[in-house]
Amino acid sequence: MTIGLSHYLAVAAILFTIGVFGIFVNRKNIIVILMSIELILLAVNINLVAFSVYLHDVVGQIFAMFVLTVAAAEAAVGLAILVTFFRNRGGIAVDDAAVMKG
Amino acid sequence: MALQAIAFYLLAIVTIGSGLAVVSVRNPVHSVLFLILTFFSAAGLFLLLGAEFLAMLLVVVYVGAVAVLFLFVVMMLDVDFGALKQGFARYMPLGGLVAGILAAEMIVVATAVATSGAASGPREPMAALDGLSNTETIGRVLYTDYVYFFQAAGLVLLVAMIGAIVLTLRHKPGVRRQVIADQVARNAQTGMRSVQIKPGEGMGE
Repeated sequence: MTIGLSHYLAVAAILFTIGVFGIFVNRKNIIVILMSIELILLAVNINLVAFSVYLHDVVGQIFAMFVLTVAAAEAAVGLAILVTFFRNRGGIAVDDAAVMKG
Repeated sequence: MALQAIAFYLLAIVTIGSGLAVVSVRNPVHSVLFLILTFFSAAGLFLLLGAEFLAMLLVVVYVGAVAVLFLFVVMMLDVDFGALKQGFARYMPLGGLVAGILAAEMIVVATAVATSGAASGPREPMAALDGLSNTETIGRVLYTDYVYFFQAAGLVLLVAMIGAIVLTLRHKPGVRRQVIADQVARNAQTGMRSVQIKPGEGMGE
């Protein structure tokens, strides 16, 4: 019963799917949508690290670090936009954000 | 080896279970707490893989910064989250179907790649090279081949920080702000004036 590369890839695939599912079912709650995006990026990171370790190439871990950086920046800017949106509209329902719809 | 398998399955089950809880619980504060649990057990998976540096980075960056940021925002905004939850049951069957198919496809592809595809070469996980720790190995590559990417990542963080500050900074009317140019331009003539005050009237404004 050895744990191989495919086990880690399966965990990452399931986590990615949970993130996509979260975006599907929580279409109105933008905070949960942001958290689902974080879950998706975490799944990507698990994939990168697993391949990096099993292919004996450390570059995958460096790339995972950059993904982590961009994810943190994205969360900060996303939440800042959310706070501004809440101040202007008094709510965070995604349906209200249709001003720019063509 | 059995102990490693037990640890893997425990961490994987906790990761997936708390990930499911993130997207399905009603209260977003609980959702953030489950997100913290997900990241923590994912860090455990990284440790199990031998990527200690990234595991610690995950704990510091996500549990220490991003999750706390989410928690602040969720608690600061006074939102009726019950109203945002409607439509959950309506999208549930279709979302579940799509998610199930997606997961099945990806697991099949991942298993194929890992057992007989491009990544089926080395069976053993990477051991520490020549007595170097994982952190040292990453540092040796990151600060040589990828130094420009490293600096670009720093630039991304700087831009994100400035953007977040600019977006949320709010000037309240009626607050007296420091005007440095006026302070510097003061001299003996403009800084003082003499006023004749009549008795019983005061100076007014």
